[in-house]
Amino acid sequence: MAQTIIEKIFQEHSEDQVAPGRVIWLDLDVRTARDFGGPNVVKHLRRQYPQGEQVADPQRTYFTFDLSVPAKTIKYAVSQQVCRTFARETGTAVFDVDEGIGTHVLMEKGIVTPGSTAVGTDSHYNILGAIGAFGQGMGDQDIAFAFKTGRTWFEVPATMRIDVEGTYTWPATARDLTFAVMGQLGSSGMLGKAAEYYGPAVDALNVDGRVTLASQTTEMGGIIAFIPPNDEVLNWVSSRAGREVRGVYADPDATYESTVTVDVQDLEPLVATPPRPTDVVPASTLSDLEIDSVFIGSCTNGRFEDMAMVARILKGRRVKEGVTLRITPASKEVWARVIREGLIDVFIKAGATVFTNPGCGGCAEGMAGMVGEGEVALSTTNRNYRGKQGPGEIYLVSPVVAAASAVTGKLTAPDQLEVGA
Amino acid sequence: MRPTTLTGRVWVLTDGEGTLIDDIDTDNIFHNRHLHITEVKEMGQYALGNLEGWEDFPRQTEKGDILVAGKNFGAGSSRQQAVDCFIALGVQAIIAKSFGAIYKRNAINSGLPVLEGSVDVDSGQTITVDLKFGEVTGNGKTLGKVQPMSGVQMDIYQAGDLFSYGRQVEQQSG
Repeated sequence: MAQTIIEKIFQEHSEDQVAPGRVIWLDLDVRTARDFGGPNVVKHLRRQYPQGEQVADPQRTYFTFDLSVPAKTIKYAVSQQVCRTFARETGTAVFDVDEGIGTHVLMEKGIVTPGSTAVGTDSHYNILGAIGAFGQGMGDQDIAFAFKTGRTWFEVPATMRIDVEGTYTWPATARDLTFAVMGQLGSSGMLGKAAEYYGPAVDALNVDGRVTLASQTTEMGGIIAFIPPNDEVLNWVSSRAGREVRGVYADPDATYESTVTVDVQDLEPLVATPPRPTDVVPASTLSDLEIDSVFIGSCTNGRFEDMAMVARILKGRRVKEGVTLRITPASKEVWARVIREGLIDVFIKAGATVFTNPGCGGCAEGMAGMVGEGEVALSTTNRNYRGKQGPGEIYLVSPVVAAASAVTGKLTAPDQLEVGA
Repeated sequence: MRPTTLTGRVWVLTDGEGTLIDDIDTDNIFHNRHLHITEVKEMGQYALGNLEGWEDFPRQTEKGDILVAGKNFGAGSSRQQAVDCFIALGVQAIIAKSFGAIYKRNAINSGLPVLEGSVDVDSGQTITVDLKFGEVTGNGKTLGKVQPMSGVQMDIYQAGDLFSYGRQVEQQSG
């Protein structure tokens, strides 16, 4: 029978018959916990399995610290040490406070590859769909069970197909394509489902752009959204995994529960207004909005391409007086390249107030600053729910809109800045 | 065996205008400033603490109450505390038009009945929910229908939680 991507990946990882709606036991290639959730995972394992092995396979089990790095509060320091101690006892690896966002590190190091199954204590874990892998964020009980047994129960979701039609050019970016999809589907348009993205604008995305698109699956209620890997993506992963990897693709005659078409022809920069990431409007409709602060980073827009787009805007310009600009690269790899290739000099000359070590940045409590009462902030993060980053108002934007607005002090689409392509 | 019909007093999660609230996210339910808490019994006091108009819920609710919510209840993060805070308060079940996917799993794994469907009820009313057949009744009348518990959901509910269920499965497979 013809199968969708998730059905194929699940069938390769299960002895049960895979079909939408069926509950199967799924073998997991990779399982991780981070400094949020991790201590509870350890607590469950110690309480539930006081005797015998607590980790089925330490070679496939990791702790990744990315929320409060290095620990900004004593509570986080304690939490991280609980995980480190457990990791030493069980021979489990730790990607510590210097490495960056766990899911990004798993892709960069070739630990997760197309067709892998992976779970962790991060609701954006389905970002792994960016390279055609199955990733799923889970609570700490689920992850403790996965650490112990190497598997999980899972109800096979139906798959929807998203055809993205048309093409766009600068200053629209992968983030704006993502906003276009979100504006159309809304907060529950993918609820409980798997999705597959197709179309020329999706094919044209590099790994960094795919990460942006895949990072917003949870905000539409989705289980996972796959972007079928092209040769460029397969080469990127293969060079990191140290072996030739192949993609998993849907059968041509696979059945989809539904098909949605999203038009991105001549897309313009978009903004998600508070308090929902799916409340999307054109940036041009908010051009009078005065801002106090800008954050660039997170698992959605913390890749090198994002940093390069920001540098392209900031080169030869100054951040508006009174506006603070904070930048957090997603991973150590991105962080090092920003420094090595001189982008850091552009940021400093432009007056970017803060350039931090890699991690979750503005989404996480205390890592790269929060947003105060009455503060109007632009952010490239993925959630602007009430109170998420503090009591202020958060508008979600692309890195280019974020950088251009930091220069003018108002919400600004970059073509208004006369930025050459 | 745990009961497969539950009777309790209802809280309908509505806004100031009486409209059922959609997209109540895990930061509304259990704000991230309390995430360092790991003991279930300490979590109840913060339940719905960041949902406008519902901040007093932990002081008003009683053991055995049933929550009714709109679409996509529990959207957002993977935090288990957003489920456990209701268990701490003795909430018996949550009925919503739909649930966030991770939230639903977390509730199932904790043995808290979460049921998808629409019911025509008011806050304060006493209702009975049949977990096997999905019927919701009150005062002898049918008030709506929810999706019956799935096989794995019922198995975990009966076992108590995911860990107990896992041990049962392991024993059965020898």
